[in-house]
Amino acid sequence: MSTPFYVSPEQWYQDKAEYARKGIARGKPIVALEYDTGIVIMAENRSATLRKIAEIYDRIAFGGVGKLDEYENLRKAGVRYADMRGYSFSREDVAGKSLANEYSTVLGSVFTREMKSLEVEILVVEIHDRGSAFYQIRYDGSMTDSTHYASIGGDGDKLLDVIRGGWSAGMPLRDAARLGRRALAGSGNGAAIDDLDERNLEIAILDRMRRGRTFKRIGAEESRSLLSG
Amino acid sequence: MFKGQTYAGDSFYEFLSKDHPDLLPKWAGTNWTEISFMHGTTVLAIVCKDGVLMAGDRLATEGHAVGTRDLEKVFRIDEACMMAIAGAAGPAVEMVRMFQLELEHFEKLDGQPLTFEGKANRLSFLLRQNLPAAMQGLVVMPIFAGYDHDKGRGRIYKFDITGGRFREADYYATGSGGKDARGSLKKVLRHEDLSRAEVIEAAVEALLDAADEDRATGGIDVVRGIFPTTKIATRSGVEDVADDELRRVYEGIIARRRGRE
Repeated sequence: MSTPFYVSPEQWYQDKAEYARKGIARGKPIVALEYDTGIVIMAENRSATLRKIAEIYDRIAFGGVGKLDEYENLRKAGVRYADMRGYSFSREDVAGKSLANEYSTVLGSVFTREMKSLEVEILVVEIHDRGSAFYQIRYDGSMTDSTHYASIGGDGDKLLDVIRGGWSAGMPLRDAARLGRRALAGSGNGAAIDDLDERNLEIAILDRMRRGRTFKRIGAEESRSLLSG
Repeated sequence: MFKGQTYAGDSFYEFLSKDHPDLLPKWAGTNWTEISFMHGTTVLAIVCKDGVLMAGDRLATEGHAVGTRDLEKVFRIDEACMMAIAGAAGPAVEMVRMFQLELEHFEKLDGQPLTFEGKANRLSFLLRQNLPAAMQGLVVMPIFAGYDHDKGRGRIYKFDITGGRFREADYYATGSGGKDARGSLKKVLRHEDLSRAEVIEAAVEALLDAADEDRATGGIDVVRGIFPTTKIATRSGVEDVADDELRRVYEGIIARRRGRE
């Protein structure tokens, strides 16, 4: 029988955090920002079938960066959670905040208890009748919320600098989408802005003008006209 | 992943039965035939040129008494599909809700909607789950219809209580007045050529005929302004036919019938 080495808790968590950060840093970022009637969510994505952005519920969308199988499992768990709540209470009782809390709990408990932490960052966005909410959940379960815009993955500071410089309340979707593209291009390991077009951008919106399920993917054709000119 | 979640498939019903069985209704085990329930009804579906129309009366009866005058029995299920219900109101409305969620849940998890065939199959599955309750008197008889984008036309499925699923080419009607409505619709020729106005008229006329023969089917109540729920599914989605339009069609039919007498 071998004698286990002693590893201090600090060292143990630091190693895990570094491991997770390395995994996530390889991925491309996601950015979400408000426009006049909703939120646009954008990511650089060269695959037309594997998604980083998805619908959770009527007014809630999901974004995941890092390891695909891990955030995909979290997304599915989120859909089940939301649909179950909507079924047992009412559709209006499904809130982004409680979903974000669930994600935070799961990521936090995996980070403290498991050998390997999850190499993901999760973004939960939600539109309200007035305004909206953005929740970012990190690999260790820590959660931050922000107003008007948010990002996960990539070089967050650089990305938000671009948004901060160009964002204004009540801007139309077209302007918001272009600003989002500029931010993604300027965030370090992303592509140059000229290379970011409808073929490698994944774009989705939550729009107050839509009734019921407000989530909508923006297809290639619509993306092109949105970003051109 | 989340606390209490062990199921890993794409079905909402199966997820609930595995991880949250307490949320599902348990109707089996009681003999409901002795207890009076909302029952009689007429709901119908007619294929037309642009897709398919679905309509249903609004009356719910409890034995010989009126239960509700303005019950909805025709529902939009998703972007392309509708469902009409006849039978015990409670389980039927519950089945509509579960069916809607089942399709939405699959679409969200899988990233794409089920095919028309797949949706009809899911409804069969839900009906099979209801069989024990149906054997004890809580029968649900749905019609499923919608625009099939793959085939480019409107389609209708009828079901029996065991979940048996049968395709109807032109039209179908069920409920206590279903036979009368079918008799009326039988006289309409070439359903697939019907224009929007023609198919609405055929539906209203069939519902009037059913209400005329069947005491448990509600007629059109101009005093209270209660008109049949009428929806049309086409390439561009599911659309409600407005009460004003139904009123005009109704008045036209009545005027014609008066002229005849």
